[in-house]
Amino acid sequence: MKRSFIISTSIVLLIMVACAPTPAAVLPTATEGLALATQAQPTATRALPTATQAPPSPAEAASTEPAVISLMSHDSFNVSEEVIAEFEAANNVNVELLPSGDAGAALNQAILSKNNPLADVFFGVDNTFLSRALKADIFEPYTSPLLATIPDDLELDAEHRLLPVDYGDVCLNYDKAWFAEHGIEPPANLESLKDPAYKGLTVVENPATSSPGLAFLLATVGHFGEDSYLDYWQSLRENDVLVVDGWEEAYYGQFTAASDGDRPIVVSYASSPPAEVYFAERPLEEAPTGSVLADGACFRQIEFIGILRGTKQSVLAEKLIDFMLSKRFQEDIPLQMFVFPANQTADLPEVFVKFAETPKKPALVSPEAIEANREAWIEAWTETVLR
Amino acid sequence: MIRSRGVVGLAYLIPLLFLALFFFYPLFSILTYSFAPEGVLDWSGLYKLVGSSYYLRTLWFTIWQAALSTLLTVILALPGAYVFGRYQFRAKSLMQALTTIPFVLPTVVVANAFTAWLGPRSRVNLALMSLWGLERAPVDLQHTIWIILLAHVFYNYAVVLRIVGGFWANLDHRVEEAARTLGANPRQVLWQVTLPLLAPAIGAAAFLVFIFCFTSFGVILILGGPRFATLEVEIYRQTVNLFNLPLAAALSVVQIVFTFTLLWAYTLLQARASVPLDLRPRHQTQRRVVSRRDWLIVGSNLTLMVILLLSPLLALVERSFTLGGGGLRYYAELFVNRRDSILYVPPIQAVVNSLGFATVTVVLALGLGLVSASLLAQPAKGQSLRRLQALLDPLLMLPLGTSAVTLGFGFIIALDEPPLNLRTSLMLVPLAHTLVAFPFVVRSLLPALRGIKPSLREAASMLGASPLQVWREVDFRIVGRALFVGAVFAFTISMGEFGATALIARPQTPTLPVAIYRFLGQPGALNYGQALAMSTLLMLVCAVGMVAIEHFRVGQVGEF
Repeated sequence: MKRSFIISTSIVLLIMVACAPTPAAVLPTATEGLALATQAQPTATRALPTATQAPPSPAEAASTEPAVISLMSHDSFNVSEEVIAEFEAANNVNVELLPSGDAGAALNQAILSKNNPLADVFFGVDNTFLSRALKADIFEPYTSPLLATIPDDLELDAEHRLLPVDYGDVCLNYDKAWFAEHGIEPPANLESLKDPAYKGLTVVENPATSSPGLAFLLATVGHFGEDSYLDYWQSLRENDVLVVDGWEEAYYGQFTAASDGDRPIVVSYASSPPAEVYFAERPLEEAPTGSVLADGACFRQIEFIGILRGTKQSVLAEKLIDFMLSKRFQEDIPLQMFVFPANQTADLPEVFVKFAETPKKPALVSPEAIEANREAWIEAWTETVLR
Repeated sequence: MIRSRGVVGLAYLIPLLFLALFFFYPLFSILTYSFAPEGVLDWSGLYKLVGSSYYLRTLWFTIWQAALSTLLTVILALPGAYVFGRYQFRAKSLMQALTTIPFVLPTVVVANAFTAWLGPRSRVNLALMSLWGLERAPVDLQHTIWIILLAHVFYNYAVVLRIVGGFWANLDHRVEEAARTLGANPRQVLWQVTLPLLAPAIGAAAFLVFIFCFTSFGVILILGGPRFATLEVEIYRQTVNLFNLPLAAALSVVQIVFTFTLLWAYTLLQARASVPLDLRPRHQTQRRVVSRRDWLIVGSNLTLMVILLLSPLLALVERSFTLGGGGLRYYAELFVNRRDSILYVPPIQAVVNSLGFATVTVVLALGLGLVSASLLAQPAKGQSLRRLQALLDPLLMLPLGTSAVTLGFGFIIALDEPPLNLRTSLMLVPLAHTLVAFPFVVRSLLPALRGIKPSLREAASMLGASPLQVWREVDFRIVGRALFVGAVFAFTISMGEFGATALIARPQTPTLPVAIYRFLGQPGALNYGQALAMSTLLMLVCAVGMVAIEHFRVGQVGEF
């Protein structure tokens, strides 16, 4: 009896011991010392801009191990290998990515680990969560020189603790083929959905559990005003609107253009039609879906990046922010995340130029109003639409 | 002898230490943080809990849907367990593997399979519409309690099938024959002999199913729709969407207290229900399918399994080949990193990652589960040991009934200092999986361990076997089968788990479910097609893994 237990015990312990000190656990301490060494480099590289692309001389490479900087994000973050590799090579650093769940879950983890931050830089606080993030005081201000390339209406934090990095518009998408086949006009604006002709055609996401769902609710608050958005939702309810938990379920579960479902109108993004073209099975001349871009019919989600307070790599973190706002990274954004770059000097890829449209006047709701009313609006909405 | 007892005692400490470090410590950390973020108790988040009847109704719904789901699962799966326990037939281990596959599938994928199978534009509905000349689809289960119940049966059928079927296979058939000889009719044999003897296994399985449905999350949100909410769903909303940690923590406490009470009552009942049995090797208890009655029983149960469990899976597989242009197009696309994305997951890599995590989970869960089950099954001579067992059993099961969000956030707060700085460690994934998997191993093992007649062990001792030899030659032989059942569950839990690990920050080691969700995150036919292809791959890897575990033999272990 005895020996078998010793064996099983030691196996378990061995595994635990062998696996516990992972690179992630060990590296931060190891790199603390190195941070000093790398801090010396920036001045050198800035003074010699042409030298940054050149590989470090053998002597340099041997003397400095790459530092590690970690970038925490939501799960939708994506970037080209080549683009990150350029930053890594130019700064002798390894970028460690930490996808941490959906936008809400990732931010909450960052807040919970405030006293001992999980990462150096955070990507992906959006304007619906902006106030929560700022109130928790987890970001360090950084006035990047590249803010000059970003339009003012995207900048929502005057102290620059959170810097706009991209934006996308949440709006109604419709299945062009379905409407052509049924001889009905596609919806023109939010009001269209109240029309009996559109009964039972729309699927939306629950704002209590979904970020596009919340964004669309905010569009109706912004467009109809706080006094009458519930009347609008009441008429949608009477017109048999379907509510599902998240975007995946709405789009791939109910939307006629992408699933076995029977709803030809869905709440998605203005960038979904170009994505449909880009990810089509065969080249398409026209997007199979369209967006409803009437004034006030969309809500603009702006995503921000920031340096997590307590980072031991401030200099590198600032460089990473600059890099993510630079043309190189910004031009990579559209095809990786299907949102628009914040930097106005960035050129859009062809599929965006041809197929992506942006609303002229998205509905507006301030981050402060969102943070103050989010729960009340969601609850009132739940009462009206679901109960 | 004294030294050996000391070592045994130390071994028993391991599961406790494991739980203390990776369950209770994170749990208490997050609860204290939530209730008293600044060190002072903050009641403001809790007013709503008392002020509204909503949460009471949520608790009630959570309980009754779980109870009903469990009842349905047990009723539907018991005849199947009989077939798997008492008959030998071809394709048995394949069927066993296939019926366990639902366990690993992500809910979004299952939801789509159900829509393809029963949705408004499904073949079933189209056929019925043309048959009856209807305008609208006659079968519409979307967002109803029925689809929740159906999905819970779909996911948990295998739990009852395997745990009860495995136990049934070793149950001495002569007891039933004796009852028949003494004049009992078949119904009396069933109710007065067979079911009471099976009670520990049925109880263990039903209990696991109940806890799973009690903490149901994806099925409720996605298939049930926004009108239904369990405590788990509400905890998730309060934590992630509203960041109302005090309320989330209070709901977590309600969930945990309820689970513990239930577990404690169950443990008491179960200890009473189990009697030492004369367990027989399966080749003595199982027979071939010969008579027409045999064919009818086996055939009807296999048909039920095919309709209930396999047709949605087949709909998915078919879809992955026929969608759009069809063929192997989406499978080929899996191997292409079109956008040069840094987060591109080569399918082989995802398989390797998944299998790696699953292997560590199986090893950890079997080790911890074996030690814990041995402790719990020890014939309790003293009052103190019995009390310890009665307390320990529910404690070991508690991770199953605890909200994944709560625990995930607990890890972030608690495991942030060396030597336990595991927040961004890869080890966190199999550790989290083990917390869910090892209660399964314990539950699979206990009925068999408790069924072993003490006289067998005593006889072996008398004949000069050392304690180790007794354990190896008696206990291990007899529970080998149950150990495989436990291993299969640990494996599948790890392969399919997404919820808990999706909530914790982790470096780049995507598993198959993570890759599937990544495809489903963006629009476009290619993404959807690849998600289906990846799901088919997940099913295939799991089926192969389970058949491999079934056929894995060390000496004669598992032959029993």
